[in-house]
Formats: sequence, structure tokens, C-alpha cells
Amino acid sequence: MTLPDAYVLRLSGITKRFGPLVANDAISFELKRGEVIALLGENGAGKTTLMNILFGHYVADEGTVEVMGKKLAPGDPRAALDAGVGMVHQHFTLAENMTVLENIALGTQSPWKIRLDRVAARRRIGKLSSDFGLALDPDATVASLSVGERQRVEILKALYRDARILILDEPTAVLTPSETDALFRTLKLLVAQGLSIIFISHKLHEVMAVSDRVLVLRAGRLAGERATEGSSRSELAALMVGQHVASPTVGEPKTGSVLLELKNVSTSGQGSSTRLDDVSLVLRAGEITGLAGVSGNGQATLAALIAGTLKPSSGQMAISGAQVADWTPRAALSRGIGRIPEDRHAVGTIGDMSVTENVISERYGTPRFSRRGFLDWRAARNFAEEIIRDYDVKCPSPEARIRLLSGGNMQKLILGRALDADPVIILANQPTRGLDVGAVAFVHRRLLEARERGAAILLISEDLEEVLTLSDRILVMSKGRLSSPSKRGERSIRELGELMAGQGEAA
Amino acid sequence: MDQALDILLQTSFWVAAVRIASPLIFATMGELICERAGVLNLGIEGIMTVGAFAGWFTVYSGGDLWAGVLVAAIAGACFGLLHGTLTVPLGLSQHVVGIGITLFATSLTYFTYRLALPEVTTPPKIVPFQPLPIPGLSSIPILGEALFSQTPLTYLAFATVAIVAWMLYRTPIGLALRAAGENPAAVEAQGISVTGVRIGAVMVGSALMAVGGAFLTMSAFNSFFFEMINGRGWICIALVVFGSWRPGKALLGAILFAAFDAYQIRLQQLSGGVVPYQVFLMMPYALSILALILVARRATYPRALMIPYQKGER
Repeated sequence: MTLPDAYVLRLSGITKRFGPLVANDAISFELKRGEVIALLGENGAGKTTLMNILFGHYVADEGTVEVMGKKLAPGDPRAALDAGVGMVHQHFTLAENMTVLENIALGTQSPWKIRLDRVAARRRIGKLSSDFGLALDPDATVASLSVGERQRVEILKALYRDARILILDEPTAVLTPSETDALFRTLKLLVAQGLSIIFISHKLHEVMAVSDRVLVLRAGRLAGERATEGSSRSELAALMVGQHVASPTVGEPKTGSVLLELKNVSTSGQGSSTRLDDVSLVLRAGEITGLAGVSGNGQATLAALIAGTLKPSSGQMAISGAQVADWTPRAALSRGIGRIPEDRHAVGTIGDMSVTENVISERYGTPRFSRRGFLDWRAARNFAEEIIRDYDVKCPSPEARIRLLSGGNMQKLILGRALDADPVIILANQPTRGLDVGAVAFVHRRLLEARERGAAILLISEDLEEVLTLSDRILVMSKGRLSSPSKRGERSIRELGELMAGQGEAA
Repeated sequence: MDQALDILLQTSFWVAAVRIASPLIFATMGELICERAGVLNLGIEGIMTVGAFAGWFTVYSGGDLWAGVLVAAIAGACFGLLHGTLTVPLGLSQHVVGIGITLFATSLTYFTYRLALPEVTTPPKIVPFQPLPIPGLSSIPILGEALFSQTPLTYLAFATVAIVAWMLYRTPIGLALRAAGENPAAVEAQGISVTGVRIGAVMVGSALMAVGGAFLTMSAFNSFFFEMINGRGWICIALVVFGSWRPGKALLGAILFAAFDAYQIRLQQLSGGVVPYQVFLMMPYALSILALILVARRATYPRALMIPYQKGER
């Protein structure tokens, strides 16, 4: 059977504004049957907004969506689903206390049926799982599933409804490399069945691996379109960022005195934190100390110790040679520790408070922002505007709730908040996780500037490449213990990998 | 001491416990439906007052008993619609709206009562639902008598638990309802209107609360007087938590609380005035708090309870 129209999807002139921010500016494109389009762009470029319009979560201010030649009713997910559009959201839309089967069957049977047909649902799920290699236990509750499995549930939800067009929003952001490979295999099977796929990503190598065609979004506009074959990563990166990104040049460190010292520190390991076992650490002025390791080996505990949210059970901690007895978050801040927390949503910011309130949240009590117990809103606002300008944060206004910002912009704001006080010690925990190329380069540049200035920086990262590029000295954390430090280039990647796996001297 | 334990073997005690439990069962099921869909309905106390009056007044004005129950349910659903409109599409604070509905519904009821019966000083009585013993079952000693020689409204209360449980766990609509209370985004992503599901749940739930109120005037006290709900609505909120948002466990909680209540009345009579009677009145509530601490601490509550959902927001 040939379709009357080779295009299964056509977007024409989609424009969407959030207040003064234009998230999508007159975007048009078409999608063919059996084609994989990659939607590439930095955080905040408008990729997710565009797909949310297509799926009916948002209503576009202008423009139309046509599926299989028919115009789609705006703002109605049901219409999109009925037309054969399925979406795998970046933040999964699953009810965690319910089973896989219940999540998939939700909304697929007439609401007035006296009995949910679980038998038929189970049969269909079983068939789809085996056809597409999406193994799942239909009776498992979603809360018990891994992230990769949850994504499979989302894909099954779409397939269960006979989706012909599948939108995947940053599908690999949460996956391990092997889960990513499995996802790509599934996508190949789907395309072979004639499905069309829109793959949203900011990771260039993935885009090159899965797509037939790449659309690049920049600041809400379609910046370019390339056939994947015959284009290059650097070309796409340039399109995405709008300029050539240079990797940072790291000069020789101007090593100074010891600013932070941990001596034989251990923690009790109560709660969910990994126990630290006799950890000693020295941070020197003008140096970046990189801490590599597989997540969950005690990095979070170490970060909590330095930030003052956790107390050691034994050992000594000193700043600039002076013992600090009352190591609380406030004491840490006032002694010049700048923090970039691991989880910017949960710890770094308060989502429903404004940008202004968030930037002063670490220092609202200081004379700069308060007078006789009253907040000085003008100073706070000026400070917010200063950070927005200096750190190139894209946000509608200082009054906007911070959760409206994209991850990259949120991180720039946190960075600005931490660095503005000229901290002597910087605790950067996963500072570039989930950020796009441009934002990563920005964060790296700022950290290197702080190093030039003479700050002591502890860079905790799961991204080994990042650690290798920036660090003057590298430590590896494994099972709550630290390896001995090695200078830049002293240990090979293989040696570091062995340390991370807990073989070698640290174990 | 022996006498105190003897109470537990009296048939009349268990009959009373089941009777006292009946209005609580209706209202608890109503609250449970609302909360499972993600809406805390603190209008319960006022909506029960409305139901108590509406049911009683229908019968007093010459209506049939079952017509009274129906009118009570409809009146309850109307207040549910008001609550739902304010809390769901408008996303107002569920606490404030709920308390407002309780105050509004209660005052409106008293006002209507005064308008309808301006001259009356002692509340007029109606002919209530009569006990309808079920042949065979009601002759089983103690348990049979307690459960099967009650009024039809009590049987309906127990049937409601079964229906609510079936609806929640076996039907597509129950699935949507539970999902709306867990993660509204999941409901919307599957093409169902979160607003529709939640308002529907609040309306049905409120109707059940009103029937619970009507039980008091039509199957227990036979007339309507002020302050007659007397905190029963608040108890039902606690019972939902006690029951970990599950109909079966909530039913158990309602019976347990009613048994405490029936027990303290009998204990009061035994003590012969040595202990102030307020101490006994307090007992069921003190015991419920204790039970809550023991049972409900680790309950998994609906994740999206009290979180308004607005489409198209991020």
C-alpha cells in the first residue's frame, strides 16, 4: 500500500511564546514514512516545546500540525494519540505506584466498561514486547523498575496505541551505555516496521548514529537542516551553537598554599549515604583537583561533608590550616566555599521561587541584601540582573520562577551565584551533567578562570573526559576510599578505570 | 473489670457498632474516592450536614425514604461540583476551599432549616428506615445479628465498599482515577482529561458523603438538629489515612472506631459517674490517634494528593 502523501507529518509555521520569551519561532518541517529525524539543539533551544505542541500539551500561538494529511486539533493529546502520534517524554509520565500493565492500558479502553480487560491487555503487551525486544513484566509496579525499563514502558505505551510517529525526548539522557545500545536496536526494528521517529537530543554522536536527517534548532528557530550522511559532527555543532566551539586551553597551574585539608576523615554511613573510610584530601590554591569514580562510591558523601550538611564521625577538617569545629552549611559559605550542587533541581534551586530569590538564597542575610532585618529587593534584583547578563542566562525576567528555565540556564545561574562571591574553595559536583556543548564549554571556562584567580577547586564528575581535561591532579573514589593523587597525564585511562572499578591500590 | 469485658459479648453492642459505623463508611468511601483522584475534600463535614438535612427534609415534606437518599446524594454532588470547580481547573488551595465549603454548606443548611421551619423549637421526627433482618443470616448469634438485622441503608453502606473497591481496581475508570491521584501527567499523556476525572471523582465522593449524613437523620436520630454531624466528617478523613487509601482497610477502620464509640457509651454507664463522662467521650478519638500512629505511618499515599494540575504548564 502506498500512502497518498509521502509525508506522515507536516509542521507549518509553529510559533509559541511564553510571556516575552519566544520558544518557537515559525518552525516548519516534514517527516517521511520510515524516516528518523533528529532534532538537535542546545538546552532551551525549543525542542521540547515544539514536540509538546505536536503532542497537544501546549497550544501553539500560530501555525498548524498535519498528520497523514489531516490537520490536528490543537491542544488535545487524545487527538494526537488517535492520529498515531506517540511521545516518550523526557520526564516519564508514569504512575509509579501502579503496574506496567495499568500504565499502558490507561485510557485505552472505554471508561464505561464495567471491567478492565486485563487478559487482552496482557496478551497485546506480551506480543509487542517480544516483537520489539522490550522485555518487561506487566505486573511489576513502575516504582520497582530501573530507568531503562521505565523508558520501555513509555515506548510500549505508544506502540500499544498503534503509534505511527514516535517522538523521543532526550531518550538517552538517563540511560547507561548498554541501555542506549538496546534502545537504538529497538528503534531500528520500529523503523523497519514503517514507523517514523523524531529523536530529540543534544548529543552529536547519537544523532549521527540513529538519524537520517538532522534539524538544528537554535534559540527557537530552525537554524539548519542536513542529511546525516555527508554532514559532520563539527558542522552540526557549529550550527547548534552558532559559532565555533573551542575546547578550553588549560595552562600550567600556579599552585599555591593548602586551602582545604581533610585528614583521616570517616563517616558513619547512616541513612543512604555511602560510608567514607579514612579519607585524606588536600586542595591547593590555583589547582583543579578532579575526583573520578562511578556514581555512588562516596562522592556525594564527600561533597556533603565539605558543604557542611554532614558531620564526620572521625578525622579532622581544616580550612587554610585552621581547624573548623562548627562545620555547618552557613560556616562553609562564610569561610568562602562556593558550591555547585549535584542535583540542581532538588538541592541547587527552589523551583517555585523566582530567579532573584534563588540567587540571593545563599546570602540573603548579608548586609548586601538586607538592612535591619528587611530584604533589599533592589539590590537583590540588581544582583540577579548582573548574573543573568554576565553568565548569559536566558530567562524571561528576574521574576520568573526558576523551574521555567532550562537545565543549562539554571546551571549558569547557580554557577554565577557561587562564583560571584569569589570563593576560595569551589566544590563543583557534576557541574556539567545534562548540559549541551555550549553550556559545558561555558562552565569549564568559568571554572578555569576561577583557577587562574587562585581558587582551589574540587571537580567531582562521572564524566572521565571532563576530569582528564580540566584536572591538575586526579583522585579516584571507590567504595568510600580515595586513591592517591596523580598529576595530569601520570595515570593512563586504563589505570584510572581499574581504580574506579575498585581494583588496584585503592581497594 | 469483668463487666467491662462482658460488653464485648453483648449482641446489642455489636449491633450499635455496625449502626454507628454506617454513616462513617459512606463518608469514608466518599473521601477515599476524592483523595485517590488527588483531591483532599475538607468540605466533608459540611456536605454531610447538607445530606442530613436534604434527606430528612425530603421525607418530612412527604417524600419517599429512597427519594430522600437520592436528593441528599444530588445535593452532595452539587457541593462536590463547586469544590471541584474551585480546586481542579482553578487550582485553588484544597485546604482553604474545603474549609470554606464546610462553613458555607453548614450555614446554608441551618439557614434553609430556619426558613423552612421558622416556628419549630423541637426538631420534628420522621418515620425512618426500619431494620430489615435477612432471613437465616440474621439468626447467627452475635455476628449474624449485628450484621444482618440492620436497616437497608446499612446494607447499602457495605455494598458501597464492594462497589468502590471494584470500581477502583477493576474498571478502566478506576484506573484513570487512581492514575490522576498518582501522576496527572500520565493521565493527560494518555489522552484523558485530568480535570474531568478529578471533578467527577469529587462529585461522586461528595454524593457519598451526603448519603452518610442522610443516614444520621433517616436511619439513626430520625430528625435534623444543629451540630449533629459532630466531627464525624473529620473522623472519616482520618479513617482514609488509617485505611491507607484502600476501601477494605478503611471499612475495618470505620467499624473499629464505631466499636470504640459504642464501647465508651456502655462503659460510661458502668462507671456510675466516678470518672467524668468526658473522659469516655474522648476515648475513641485518643484510640484513633494511637491506631493512626501504629498503622498509617508507612502508608503509601497518592503521590499527587493536594497538588493541582494545570495543563500546558511547565
